[in-house]
Amino acid sequence: MLAKRIIPCLDVRNGMVVKGVQFRDHKIVGDILTLAQRYAEQGADELVFYDISASTDNRVVDKSWVRRVAEVIDIPFCVAGGIKTLHDAQQILQFGADKISINSPALNDPNLINKLSEKFGVQCIVIGIDSFFDVKSGQYHVKQFTGDEKKIRTTKWNTLDWISEVQKRGAGEIVLNVMNNDGVRNGYDIAQLSKARSLCHVPLIASGGAGKMSHFSDVFKQSDVDGALAASVFHQQIIDIHTLKTYLKQQQIEIRS
Amino acid sequence: MIVIIDTGCANLASLRFAIERLGYKVCISSDAKILTQASKLFLPGVGTASEAMKNLTAKNLIAPIKALTQPVLGICLGMQLMMQCSEENGSTSKPVKTLGIIKGAIKKMHVTPLRLPHMGWNKVHARENEALFKNIPTDSYFYFVHSYALGPHKNSRANCEYGATFSATIQQNNFYGVQFHPERSASVGSQLIKNFLEL
Repeated sequence: MLAKRIIPCLDVRNGMVVKGVQFRDHKIVGDILTLAQRYAEQGADELVFYDISASTDNRVVDKSWVRRVAEVIDIPFCVAGGIKTLHDAQQILQFGADKISINSPALNDPNLINKLSEKFGVQCIVIGIDSFFDVKSGQYHVKQFTGDEKKIRTTKWNTLDWISEVQKRGAGEIVLNVMNNDGVRNGYDIAQLSKARSLCHVPLIASGGAGKMSHFSDVFKQSDVDGALAASVFHQQIIDIHTLKTYLKQQQIEIRS
Repeated sequence: MIVIIDTGCANLASLRFAIERLGYKVCISSDAKILTQASKLFLPGVGTASEAMKNLTAKNLIAPIKALTQPVLGICLGMQLMMQCSEENGSTSKPVKTLGIIKGAIKKMHVTPLRLPHMGWNKVHARENEALFKNIPTDSYFYFVHSYALGPHKNSRANCEYGATFSATIQQNNFYGVQFHPERSASVGSQLIKNFLEL
């Protein structure tokens, strides 16, 4: 049986792993290769690198760190952030990334998803979705430019419609980041992820809200997602990946040991 | 000399790095003369079967690859290309003719209610005493990314389950194929590449 995936996400700026507080004051937390290797050794099934140096400004960003990661890492990894064109995507894949993740640029130009998947194959095209639950309307909305509080905006898309749309256009995987839960550590949004699951015929990755080990178990059992992504609980060593995987196996969840 | 056959697909870097991490030198080439002189060859592949065949045809590599007598390891699409045909042909429904080294056809996986692509780590069940699986624990997890596969086959050396049973590896004479990505399968993947290089 296919194992559920545990996916640490690392924020990268100028080739270093950083951690910001509410999108500001980014502090360097470590060398990208050291941290990536540590997670791989602990049993991470995949890594996501979110390049925040590229996410909001327009200049050309040095991505050569992708090649250095590919040289030392023997598990799959995905690069997110700042990929706006076929050329950007090609460069990152040539450097050795297994997948690229597109978020805001896909909202600007949904046709980009078609072009990318036709050129590189659906298997390496991940669509990241930042979803916000509006309590008043009871609706899930897709937000754009969430990397910059000054630019963040609500799009015309209802999250569930956007999930259907990106699959039609060639998304090979969807990462659904529930913004209401992001950094709060109260657990993944099971209700929203379950709704997404019923519409999602490609792998679905839960993001936003992991705080303790039972949250992972809940989201796998109740929302049947294919993977769970988390950042701060791993970076701050609140949860150790090896311990987490042992726990999930005890919960009868299919996990790679 | 170890050669990765340049199929014109984008991502050859991770395979090259995986071989280099084992301490071997490797060259990437689409020159038929270099292919013929190689001691071991890798036939990698991402993208679609039709696109890869187009590239191999343009590079005049079809006959030279079929004529190889040294061990060749096809990875993912590279394994699929060794078969006679594949349903993975972009927008048309007509199967694309592939290298035809091993009899059999690649078909779209039917896995409902599971998801495609089959993406992630899955257990591979190898037959006993398989050379490629030397020093690899039985039922180890390997990393897969694909939507098309070879069903159960007389030349299968390892199977995997996803919706149905399919061939995870295949071998006929000097041609070896693996549906998963050993270069992305952590220590067991590295061991498999090492086993191939030590054949």
